Amino acid sequence: MGFNARGAWSIYTRELMRAMRTAFQSILSPVLTTSLYFVVFGTVIGARMEPVDGVPYGAFIIPGLLMLTLLGETTSNSSFGIYMPRFTGTIYELLSAPVGVAETLIGFVGAAATKGLILAAIILGTATLFVDYEIKYPLFAVGYIMLVTASFSLFGFILGIWADSFEKLGIIPLLILTPLTFLGGTFYSIDQLPEPWSTIALANPIAFLVSGLRWTFYGTSDVSIWVSLGLTLGFLALCTAVIAYIFKTGWRLRE
Amino acid sequence: MNETILEIEGLTKVYSGGVKALDGVDLTIRKGEIFALLGPNGAGKTTLIGAVCGLVRPTGGSITAFGHDLAHNWRAARARIGLVPQELSTDMFETVERAVSYSRGLFGHPPDKARIEEILKSLSLYEKRSSQIRELSGGMKRRVLIAKALAHEPELLFLDEPTAGVDVELRKGMWEQIAALRERGTTIILTTHYIEEAELMADRVGIIRAGRILMVDNKDAMMQRMGTTEAVITLSEPLPQLPETITQFPVTLSEDGRELCYRGGDGSGSGSEEVAVLTKALIAAGIDYRGIDVHDSSLEDIFVDLLSAEEAA
Repeated sequence: MGFNARGAWSIYTRELMRAMRTAFQSILSPVLTTSLYFVVFGTVIGARMEPVDGVPYGAFIIPGLLMLTLLGETTSNSSFGIYMPRFTGTIYELLSAPVGVAETLIGFVGAAATKGLILAAIILGTATLFVDYEIKYPLFAVGYIMLVTASFSLFGFILGIWADSFEKLGIIPLLILTPLTFLGGTFYSIDQLPEPWSTIALANPIAFLVSGLRWTFYGTSDVSIWVSLGLTLGFLALCTAVIAYIFKTGWRLRE
Repeated sequence: MNETILEIEGLTKVYSGGVKALDGVDLTIRKGEIFALLGPNGAGKTTLIGAVCGLVRPTGGSITAFGHDLAHNWRAARARIGLVPQELSTDMFETVERAVSYSRGLFGHPPDKARIEEILKSLSLYEKRSSQIRELSGGMKRRVLIAKALAHEPELLFLDEPTAGVDVELRKGMWEQIAALRERGTTIILTTHYIEEAELMADRVGIIRAGRILMVDNKDAMMQRMGTTEAVITLSEPLPQLPETITQFPVTLSEDGRELCYRGGDGSGSGSEEVAVLTKALIAAGIDYRGIDVHDSSLEDIFVDLLSAEEAA
């Protein structure tokens, strides 16, 4: 028996159905939160702000806010997806089935990434209700969003295996990802910061992601798109390697 | 029933804390049999099942299932093995039908509504197919776990304490279901605390303690080899000593001379026959008695004796 495609599909569809079952938490809640950002910072405050790098402020913050939601949601969805079977004990079925690392990742990470893309589409659709914007490189934007959601779904998967409590599950998205995204140029261009803060801000890896996505939207960025792309690909490769190691050693999965 | 489908050789498992859960286990399982693994808590039963099913990483030894080495060709082997765990671990918010269908897909089988229906009907779950698992009783949840394990039509099924915590009626229902599975040709390995269960269902019995298999044998052969009959004969009048015609039997006289204790025979029933001969000999010797209490040893007695002997050693 080779690659178990039906096994991967079963995990994938089940995870998506789980998201549908919790649509309020998985989709409606982040869309509502992001919409509030658009209303407050985009429409109300943004109307009084100067354009940044030639982009109206309301439109300028869209890539950052999208990244903020995507990073938090894909990480949480993916980590929750693998943590819950560990917590409830239902992981026995996954471990005893003829599925390996490839099927598991396609199932769990693929579903989390798909949810991320659906969320991104809804958020961008919602944004048109409050802010006028156009995407300069739409295909590049879709590709970049896919890359980011895949990377952070993998990262969330690692988090879900590492965590041994619900508290730990929430620590990384809430205490690390969200602050780093806020400080990563979501609401301002890093170039606007005085020294040494503009240099220090570049130590924040999320700043490269926000900058990369903004480039796909408006063609302007704080750092080169190739640096952002390289960093994201490197993160994807690192997460994949860590997961391969976890499956090889059975760390926190098999006793 | 002689074809080997599972071969375990020198299996050891030492947990990270240093606890040796399995200590060089050798075990062979034959196609179509029901094998009962008996042992006290912490003996290594669940670890052994976990090692075969992929939940536990063995420290040493080898496992071959259906001719596939589990260390290398685990996919092919696992596709033919089912597991019903001891804990009631299910997705409580999933419906019964979807949970069972998911299990079938996970093991690489195409959707088959008719087959799922058949399984649910056989386990009296069909009426509850659209219910969320959390709405079911404990017994039903356990049957859902069995349905999930059967969804991919395994040839080898592990049942880890299948009747733990269920009432007597449901336990009997489970036994019927296990018997039906055997009729369909499924090989079953079950662990249980209820020795009555093993006595009733198993073809062969293995006794495990401290990670080591103490004995594996056909249940009937084990009963015959290690079983005994015990009979206590209450005499009408105390006897000062046993007459010569009685001393040829394996009997002892109590200190007060009022009870005669017979201990002999084997698990085949020869002990009861000998007790009948003994009673005739007593009457022939003019010794009257008021009552006889005869007890054939059960698998439980053998199990307890074996563990006690091991402990003493």
